[in-house]
Amino acid sequence: MNRHFQSVETKPALIETVDVRKHYKQVRAVDGVSIAIPRGCCFGLLGPNGAGKTTLIELIEDIITPTSGSVLYKGQKRSSQFRQEVGIMFQQTALLSFLTVAETLETFSRLYDQTDDVDELIRLCHLNEVRSQPNDKISGGQKQRLLLAMALLNRPELIFLDEPSTGLDPQARRNLWDIIRRVKSKGKTIVLTTHYMEEAEKLCDDIVIMDKGRVIARGGPEELIRKHCRRATLTVPGQQVGDLLAEFNGFWRRRGDQIIFRTEDVNALIQRLLSKGIDLSGVHVSTPNLEDVFIKLTGRSLRE
Amino acid sequence: MFRARNREFFRDREAFGWNFLFPFLIILGFAVIFKGDYKAQFKVGVFPVASGVDARQAAANLPVSFSNFKAITFVGLEGRRQGLEKLKHHKIDLLVEAGVNPVCYWVSDASPSGAIVEKLLQGAMSPGSANDRLTKVDIQGVPIRYIDWLFPGVLGMNMMFSALYGVGWVVVRYRKNGVLKRLKATPLTAFEYLGAQLLSRIFLLMFTLTIIWLGCDLILDFSVYGSLIDLFGIFLLGSACMTALGLVVASRGTSEEFANGVLNFICWPMMFLSEVWFSIEGAPAWLKAAAQIFPLTHLLRAARKIMNEGAGLVDVLPEATILAGMTVAFLAIGAALFSWNK
Repeated sequence: MNRHFQSVETKPALIETVDVRKHYKQVRAVDGVSIAIPRGCCFGLLGPNGAGKTTLIELIEDIITPTSGSVLYKGQKRSSQFRQEVGIMFQQTALLSFLTVAETLETFSRLYDQTDDVDELIRLCHLNEVRSQPNDKISGGQKQRLLLAMALLNRPELIFLDEPSTGLDPQARRNLWDIIRRVKSKGKTIVLTTHYMEEAEKLCDDIVIMDKGRVIARGGPEELIRKHCRRATLTVPGQQVGDLLAEFNGFWRRRGDQIIFRTEDVNALIQRLLSKGIDLSGVHVSTPNLEDVFIKLTGRSLRE
Repeated sequence: MFRARNREFFRDREAFGWNFLFPFLIILGFAVIFKGDYKAQFKVGVFPVASGVDARQAAANLPVSFSNFKAITFVGLEGRRQGLEKLKHHKIDLLVEAGVNPVCYWVSDASPSGAIVEKLLQGAMSPGSANDRLTKVDIQGVPIRYIDWLFPGVLGMNMMFSALYGVGWVVVRYRKNGVLKRLKATPLTAFEYLGAQLLSRIFLLMFTLTIIWLGCDLILDFSVYGSLIDLFGIFLLGSACMTALGLVVASRGTSEEFANGVLNFICWPMMFLSEVWFSIEGAPAWLKAAAQIFPLTHLLRAARKIMNEGAGLVDVLPEATILAGMTVAFLAIGAALFSWNK
C-alpha cells in the first residue's frame, strides 16, 4: 500500500513526507508513508507501541535519516533554518542533572536566534514553584512540562510532541493538555504522537492511524469514528432481558451476565427495549471511540 | 536474593570484564614489564655499553657476587650523561662505569634504593679493600627527591582520568539517555558542542591542577627548577591532548559499559607505561617503544624536565610537538567519527 493521505480540507502543507521509509535490517519501521500536514493544525499520529510513530516523527524532525523518500518543509528540503523554526519534545529525554529548571531554559535559549521570555514560559508551563530546583529533583509531571517549555522556547512554527503525557497521572495529563490547547490557540502547528485515544480525540484536528509502519486511516476524530464505527454499545444486565432476547436477532451478544447491544440508533433501541417492558436500570451506553476504530481496522487494541 | 544477585553479576558485561579479564591483562602486563620468575628490586646502569651487549657481562669490573645478585637488574647505557640523567630521575638506582678500576660509581643521596645498592656494592668488595677499589663520584647539582619526581606523575595521572572519563564516559552517557538527541534538535552544530566540551574540560583540568598544586606545595614545598609558566604551558598542552583523546572515545557508542571498558583499557596501561609511579627502565625495548604512543608519556617527560632539571620550552620542544600533533590528530578523528545518536 502506498497511498498518499491528504488532508480533507487540502490546506497548504507546512511539512510533508513523500513515500518515506526507514528499514532496520529485518524491520520496516516506516514503510512508505506519504502525509501532508497543514499549517495551524494539531495533527495526531495514533497507533500502538511499535507502530512506527516515533520513527516517523524522528524522520520528520530530521533526527534520523530515511532509508528512502523525502521530507519537505514549506515545500522544500529542510535546511539549517528548519531547526530554528521547530520545537521538539521527545518521548524520553534526560536532562542535565545539576542544572536548575531556569538554568536549563536559559542554556537552551542561547542556542536559538530568537526566543520567548524564559520567565513567561515558566509561567505558562506552571514551573514557577520549581524554577530553582535541580532537574533531577523535580517530579515526572514537572519534567514533562519543562520539556514542553524547552520545545516552545524558540517561538516555533512547528512543534513536535512525542507521547507527551506518557507516564503522567490523570491530573498531570489534563494539566499538560491545557497547556497544549493554549499553544494551539496561538495558531501553532502541532504534530502529536500518542497511544492514548482520549488525548487524540481531545487535542487533534486531524489524525493518522499507523500500524506496522504504515498509515491505515486518516481523518478528524469524529470523521474516523463515523466512517469506521457507527454503532454505539448498550450494555444491559442479562437477567433484566430474560427470554425477550429472541426478538432482537442480530443485535446482541452475551458477555458473562451482560447483554451487549450494538446499534446505530440508540434512541430507537431504547424505545424498543422499553416497549418490551425491559427494565433499563443498570444500563450502560458507550459511544464508539478511536480505540474501537483501531480494533476494527487492525484487529488489535491500542494498548497491546 | 542470592541467586538473583549472582545472575545480575554474570549478566553484567562490565562486571564480568572488569573482574576477570582485566586483572588477567594487568598481571600479564606486569609479567612482561618485570619479566622472569624473580622481580629485581634494584637497577644499576652501566656505561658505556653498545647496543645488543649484555650490560651484566659488560660490568666485569664489578664483584661477581654483586653482578650475580638476582635482586639487581643491569641496564646498558650509551654514556655517562645519559646515565646521570636516568639517575637523577630515579630510573636507575646506581650508575657504574664499565671496565675501570677502581670502580667508579654514582648514586643519588636522595634515593633510598640507591643507598641500599651502594651498601650492597660496598659489601660485595673484598674485606678491607672497599675504599681502594671503589670511587664514589658526586652528582653535580641538587639531587631530585622521589616526591619531586613523583608529583608531576600524579598530576598527569589525575588529569588523564579526569579528561578521559569526564569527557569520554559522560558524552556516551548523554548519548544513551537522550541528552545529545535533544541537543541535535537545536541549531547547535557538532563542532560547537565538541568545542565547548574541549574548552570546558581544559579549563576544569587546569583549575583543578592549580588548586592541587598550591595545596600540595604548601605542605611539601616542591622544588621547581624551571619556569612555572613553562610548566603550566606543558600541562595545558597535555590537558588539551587528553581531552581530545576523550573526545575520540566519546565520538560513538551508547553503551556505558563498553565505554568504561575501553577507557580502562587505555588508562591503566598508560598509567603504568608512562612512568607515573615507577620507571620502566629495564623493560623490553618493544615495551618502552610502545609507551611512546601514550600522550601521558610525553607530558610527564616534559614536565619532569622542566620541574626537575630546569629545562625551558625549547628543551621540551620534541615532547611538546608530539603532544600538539597528537591533539590535532585526536581532534580530527573525534570530529570525523562523532555522531549525535549512533
